[in-house]
Amino acid sequence: MIDAREAVTRAHHEEWARVVAALTRRFGDLDIAEEAAAEAFATAVERWRADGVPPNPGAWLTTTANRRAIDRIRRENKRDDRQKEAQMAYDDDPPEPLGAIDDDRLRLIFICCHPALAVEARLALTLRMVGGLTVPEIARAFLVAESAIGQRITRAKAKIKAARIPYRMPSVDDLPARVSGVLAVLFLVFNEGYLASGPDTDPVRHDLTAEAIRLTRLIRALLPRDGEVAGLLALMLLTEARRTARTSASGELVALDEQDRGAWDAELIAEGHRLVRERLAAAAAGVAPGRYQILAAINAVHTSARDIRDTDWSQVLALYDQLVRLDPSPIIALNRAIAVAELDGPEVALAAIDRLEPRLAGYHPYHATRADLLRRLGQSQQSRAAYDRAVELAGNTGETAYLTRRRDQLR
Amino acid sequence: MRYLVSVIDDKSDPGSTDRQPAISAFNERLIAEGYWVFAGGLADTDAATVIDNRGEQAVFSDGPFVESKEYLAGVWVWEVPDLDVALRLATEASKVCDRKIELRPFQ
Repeated sequence: MIDAREAVTRAHHEEWARVVAALTRRFGDLDIAEEAAAEAFATAVERWRADGVPPNPGAWLTTTANRRAIDRIRRENKRDDRQKEAQMAYDDDPPEPLGAIDDDRLRLIFICCHPALAVEARLALTLRMVGGLTVPEIARAFLVAESAIGQRITRAKAKIKAARIPYRMPSVDDLPARVSGVLAVLFLVFNEGYLASGPDTDPVRHDLTAEAIRLTRLIRALLPRDGEVAGLLALMLLTEARRTARTSASGELVALDEQDRGAWDAELIAEGHRLVRERLAAAAAGVAPGRYQILAAINAVHTSARDIRDTDWSQVLALYDQLVRLDPSPIIALNRAIAVAELDGPEVALAAIDRLEPRLAGYHPYHATRADLLRRLGQSQQSRAAYDRAVELAGNTGETAYLTRRRDQLR
Repeated sequence: MRYLVSVIDDKSDPGSTDRQPAISAFNERLIAEGYWVFAGGLADTDAATVIDNRGEQAVFSDGPFVESKEYLAGVWVWEVPDLDVALRLATEASKVCDRKIELRPFQ
């Protein structure tokens, strides 16, 4: 017999977004959808233990949530709910066309990541409505007070309602920009997990990286032909594959050149490489890759090398050159310089990054990279100063420990 | 759904003054597509008067209710199905007017 609690947990992962999305379409209200879905899952915990797990958990949850939503609307029985009452009269919605792009969950993701909402609100709303994380879970993940997260979500829902942010697929013209907005939200969630900030936080928040990957997989299933979706998923997988090797037993960050490559997750790497190959084939056919695809390709080069010395740095540099053309940001230029250091030596790289100083003076990886190049050039004193600055600016405990050790190893 | 569309100018960095023909053409389109409800450019904020009759006696004061670098230069009212349509039009309007646009739904 399947353990009821386990079944609820699995259903929560697989069905939460679907239930919320279906209810949002039916009742036109995120608030009602969220509350009714939460109640349905709470009911499932009790009922499934007593009566056994239903044959179709998703249908059971949707039906239960629907009833809860109708109960709530009847209870409130407000005038402005007349429209919803009318909707309730039709118990069976006309079936929507089930093309990949018409999935309700996609509409849900697009509304949560709408550009008219503040970025923090998009993050919180996506994790709550699509990811099914609770407010306390989101608050813990972002080290923000629960009340603040609750308020962000409430305000976002109120704005969606008052400003009439529509619950439908963006128009064809808007779609690329809107998809890239969704990917940006997921990448932020992933990065917050990967390089968690805060002095008392674990250096890697697996809950956030896992959630970001799960949601990106969902988008990939919904938009299988989008190259950037595939690129972002590959990028996340190839980064996540190195997660355990990236932190030492004492919680210190382990840089790429010191990582135990045997500890990398071969399965995730294989999946990431498959996606990158798929995109390389598309690029060969003339589809220009976007930034996530190029970043994924860079990570594919790194994860293809059995040893740091086997890294194909000229390939890495060529990919960064391609990336710089798409995104002339100083952060990309900084990362490009790391490849330059391997090919042309630290002196050339140092000259390149010194030009970035005005724009990156407050960015700790700038100082960390500079410190490393100066160390390699034997300029210990300047290197130490750069490490000091990097330690001062770094927010991640594992990075701080790593940078401190490297500084203290200087002669 | 009706939106108030505010055109915001900046005293220290004003938008260009040759936009009228483009705005007229844009208005024609809004009318043709059925979105246009109202449009009007506003006189300078110096011409504003604030009236406060909450107390015993009405008080008139010269100037706008708030002095700021940025100010309301004109308004539209649009009737559109939802915010996505309004955002698309407002994106064009900002270019056409060479000024910032604020979108705010009516209740």
